[in-house]
Amino acid sequence: MAIKVEQENHHHGHDVGERLYLHRHSLVHSLPSHLKIIAAVAFILIVVSTPVTQWPAFIAYFVWLLSVVVIAKIPFSLLFKRSLIEIPFVFFAILMPFFGTGEKIQVGPFDLYREGVIAGSGIVVKGTLGVMTAIILSTSTTAREILRGLERLRLPVLMVQIASFMLRYVNVVNDEMERMKVARESRGFEATGIKHWKVLATAAGALFIRSYERGERVHLSMLSRGYEGVLPHDEPPHISKRVWLIAMLYPLVAVIIFIAQLLIGKM
Amino acid sequence: MNTPSLEIKELAFAYPDGNQALYGVNLSVQKGERVALLGPNGAGKTTLVMHMNGIHPTSHGSIHVAGQLVDSKNKESIKEIRSKVGIVFQDPDDQLFMPTVGEDVAFGPYNMGKRGAELDDIVDDALKLVGMSEFKDRPPHHLSFGQRRRVAVATVLAMKPEILVLDEPSSNLDPASRRELADILRSLDITMVMVTHDLPYAYELCARSVILKGGVIVADGSTHAILTDSALLAANRLELPVGFSIQ
Repeated sequence: MAIKVEQENHHHGHDVGERLYLHRHSLVHSLPSHLKIIAAVAFILIVVSTPVTQWPAFIAYFVWLLSVVVIAKIPFSLLFKRSLIEIPFVFFAILMPFFGTGEKIQVGPFDLYREGVIAGSGIVVKGTLGVMTAIILSTSTTAREILRGLERLRLPVLMVQIASFMLRYVNVVNDEMERMKVARESRGFEATGIKHWKVLATAAGALFIRSYERGERVHLSMLSRGYEGVLPHDEPPHISKRVWLIAMLYPLVAVIIFIAQLLIGKM
Repeated sequence: MNTPSLEIKELAFAYPDGNQALYGVNLSVQKGERVALLGPNGAGKTTLVMHMNGIHPTSHGSIHVAGQLVDSKNKESIKEIRSKVGIVFQDPDDQLFMPTVGEDVAFGPYNMGKRGAELDDIVDDALKLVGMSEFKDRPPHHLSFGQRRRVAVATVLAMKPEILVLDEPSSNLDPASRRELADILRSLDITMVMVTHDLPYAYELCARSVILKGGVIVADGSTHAILTDSALLAANRLELPVGFSIQ
């Protein structure tokens, strides 16, 4: 009898370059990538320019962002797990209330600086909104599509080419790295401490040389097929006003929240 | 007599570090011929291949592809030469650099100025020739090694070359993939130069063989005659697999 072992993430698990993408059929997934990039950047700009003292606006931003997450069929658990990536970046923001000058406020057992609390929470809240927006984009769009989007947004061709080669070869290099690791371990090597760093450094060096040489071979094969500095790219598809509008809803709702916050602030 | 597909005369070449690889190669391949280029490691086979489409500039001697001189200084002519000489490299990962199989096959013809529906047709035809049509939208990374080699052949066929040059086409293939590739190569109506150590493969596919050793052609004749000359094979570090014999 054949024994079948179920494996999670079987399809995309192998592909290092597309590890972030979660395949779902949703409205967000179906939008053209360059519109999603514009929408994400616009949303972040609006969020960043909202004063942090207007805290009801931020609650509204979060509610709106989480509704988009629901529309995109992204599980909340995944969203929160991936958001953890921001922790090293906001670490200092969390420390800010403890150091500073000026007026102090009492929060529970802590004696905090008022300025620090405002600045620190501003960085954490705005950072989280930004990171979560990026997560929606990267989870609903394949890395390849993001590159295509950037190309359509007229990012310099050279940068797009470098990134797309990276995407293609990250798997090849990763496999090579795995094979070297297996070869090391087959001969009884296990990296446990600092004394093994020399071996790992040598392996990294070997990997670099191999990748460099591969780069030369790839270039040769490109020249052999008539490469002259331009990679083929598809014609930009025609996008209807409706699709534009749907994609831009993401920042537009944020704009409405922003304006509402301004008006309420004036009253 | 027709113009040969490939005409190499007195080709000599030394690497910039002074290491000379070719010492006067003469080789003529007629249209439609399939020729195996045999030789031990370090004989200069790859160097010779790199000359055929002007990757290495010709420093001494001359190469003509379908009557046209390979001149790496003439940009326009070299572009034409590269569309005429299709090289299939040994490692398909070096050749398949685009995100999907279809885009990779389109790379060459795109550079030749093909666009739109014409480009799509060329891609579909080339993939059909190697039996890989249903893999058009897949990333190369998800294919088996044998499939990637077949796609590599398609990327070159898409350029409609005058001559197909294959570097170790049977290396790393399992027996079934090796046979499938042989069937594909046999079905193509094209001039072929095949660099290989796989003597049975050469015997199966090529009526004519040449042996390159020490930067010169030391033997040129029917594959049958060459592979049955055990003294010649031994002198050139070539060996038939154990148990394989040719009557």
